[in-house]
Amino acid sequence: MSSEVPWTDRESGSQPVPPLTPERFLAGLALAVPVVALLWVPSYSKSAPALGGVPFFYWYQLMWVPLAAVFTGAAHLLLSRDEKHRAALNGGDAR
Amino acid sequence: MTRLADGVNAPALTVFLLLLALVTVLGFLAARWRQADNALDLHEWGLGGRSFGTWVTWFLLGGDVYTAYTFIAVPAAVYATGSAGFWSIPYAAVVYPLVFLLLPRLWSVARVHGYVTPADFVRGRYGSRALSLAMALTGILATMPYIALQLVGLETVLTVLGIGGGQAANPLVRDLPLLIAFAVLAAYTYSSGLRAPAVIAFVKDALVYIVIIVAVVYLPMRLGGYGHVFDSAAAKFQAVNPATHQPTGSLVPGPKAQWAYATLALGSALGLFMYPHTLTGVLAAKSRRTVRRNMAILPAYTLMLGLLALLGFMAVSAGVGQGVKGYNAQLAVPQLFAQFFPGWFAGVAFAAIGIGALVPAAIMSIGAANLFTRNVYKEFLKPDATPEQQTKVAKLASLLVKFGALAFVVGMDKQFAINLQLLGGLWILQTLPTVAAGLFTRWFHRWALLAGWAVGMAYGTWQAYGIATPATRHFGGSTAVVPFIGETGYIGLTAFALNLLVALALTVLLRALGAPQGKDETSPEDYRVEAGTAADAPEPAPVPALTAAS
Repeated sequence: MSSEVPWTDRESGSQPVPPLTPERFLAGLALAVPVVALLWVPSYSKSAPALGGVPFFYWYQLMWVPLAAVFTGAAHLLLSRDEKHRAALNGGDAR
Repeated sequence: MTRLADGVNAPALTVFLLLLALVTVLGFLAARWRQADNALDLHEWGLGGRSFGTWVTWFLLGGDVYTAYTFIAVPAAVYATGSAGFWSIPYAAVVYPLVFLLLPRLWSVARVHGYVTPADFVRGRYGSRALSLAMALTGILATMPYIALQLVGLETVLTVLGIGGGQAANPLVRDLPLLIAFAVLAAYTYSSGLRAPAVIAFVKDALVYIVIIVAVVYLPMRLGGYGHVFDSAAAKFQAVNPATHQPTGSLVPGPKAQWAYATLALGSALGLFMYPHTLTGVLAAKSRRTVRRNMAILPAYTLMLGLLALLGFMAVSAGVGQGVKGYNAQLAVPQLFAQFFPGWFAGVAFAAIGIGALVPAAIMSIGAANLFTRNVYKEFLKPDATPEQQTKVAKLASLLVKFGALAFVVGMDKQFAINLQLLGGLWILQTLPTVAAGLFTRWFHRWALLAGWAVGMAYGTWQAYGIATPATRHFGGSTAVVPFIGETGYIGLTAFALNLLVALALTVLLRALGAPQGKDETSPEDYRVEAGTAADAPEPAPVPALTAAS
């Protein structure tokens, strides 16, 4: 199933996958980015530059809504990939 | 009756009633949708058989989180205060990345052990009946005023339509439309369970998307463009409020308001998925992957909410409610629709809000009923209750919860319901340490978590009690000065921090003393199980009776 994915740098096949894989680290980062961006209010608490008459404060936050979805979606894909590897290494079961 | 006929908008009312009749039929038909063999099990009535796929879950959670009251209150807050009312947008955007790691684990462990409520999980994880009861009662308490607010939202729409609500002399005439809508809601929730709101949510969300897209394109055209809308709003907010000697609002939060803005967003986001109605929507998903996918696609609703919030500025710019003494800001956006849309389209908009009240009210009453049945009735009153008996009790409890909410709206001051709902958000946040920590670790001691919960509840309620506004003497807001930091912030988040500190300190102490840990019936693999894999049980297991003392 997962033979097409290079996973040879993970030592030998019987070794357990470490708790912190690059996938998990990146997923955590992807989840943190929108949270920090939106809770850091001083970074966007201003009215210029306006976009189509809408002050910066509003369009910037609205812009982050789809961006948050993209980052969360990326975390989902990264963790799915991670789980697939774990399942493959542990004999077909997602443990 | 002449009084009634005066303000009735006939085309709007006709469209409104037709759409409500449509969802009523759908609500009753929903009972037959994807029905399983064991129809009497509480999983069926209370969780829709845990069978909802990605899109059904998306509609269900969307209908559940973005309620009628949200549609009324968020633009109303923007209308009244400007930027300070906009915090709901970062709130509804950061919530998904924040709960992304929690909810799939909760789904998995609930699947393996047949948990229907978060309090079921707490009992199984910590082996503590007291802690589980605290979680269940907090959930019920926080949900009741939330249901009442849905009825307030419905009442607002009915008022603008010219039927019911308002100042009509006869209380029966005033409340009759609300009573009818409520009776219909109660009947189809009783017969169809969670399937009813899941089906109705499709209609509701379709209407909401159409209305908002039309509104944000069409209304600025009528009002001279977004630039003019914001300029005239800025001018209005500079006017000084004679009561407080402060400007009435602002377009951008000043340095002093930024803490409140961020802490309200963070605290509310952390609490949102602890509510029984949102968790009911999550646990009804058919797979772990469904839950995760939804965290990435639910922000579509947040974008709609953000655009809707901008309508508050348009209402200001259009002069809605201008010069009316003691104007109810909640009427601003419905009146904006009535003023600028043709009658039939205003009817569509009002139906969207009205149905938007019925969907979450149904899910909330089901969530609260599940909590009562599983964690009070079965746990303390009738431990040997059969699945059939549990379903029966849950159905009756859902009726009782709705009656309580209705009595609230009809019999008491509306402002009291709004204040209580603010408190509800604060309370539900205090269940987060127990549930969220429990999904990752058994390090925390159950007694320490219970003590932290009690401290958080008491501190938050006490602080909120002390907040007075010109309109109300107690519970007048959700922000206060944060001790040691000195900035104004969300009380719920301060209480949460205190809650966590107490839980940490007492856990260290209790572990040092060797206090009994309680039996944990879950195992680490349970938190990672996906539907249909080898680790997944063919049937969700019944919850075994709890034997460990608590």
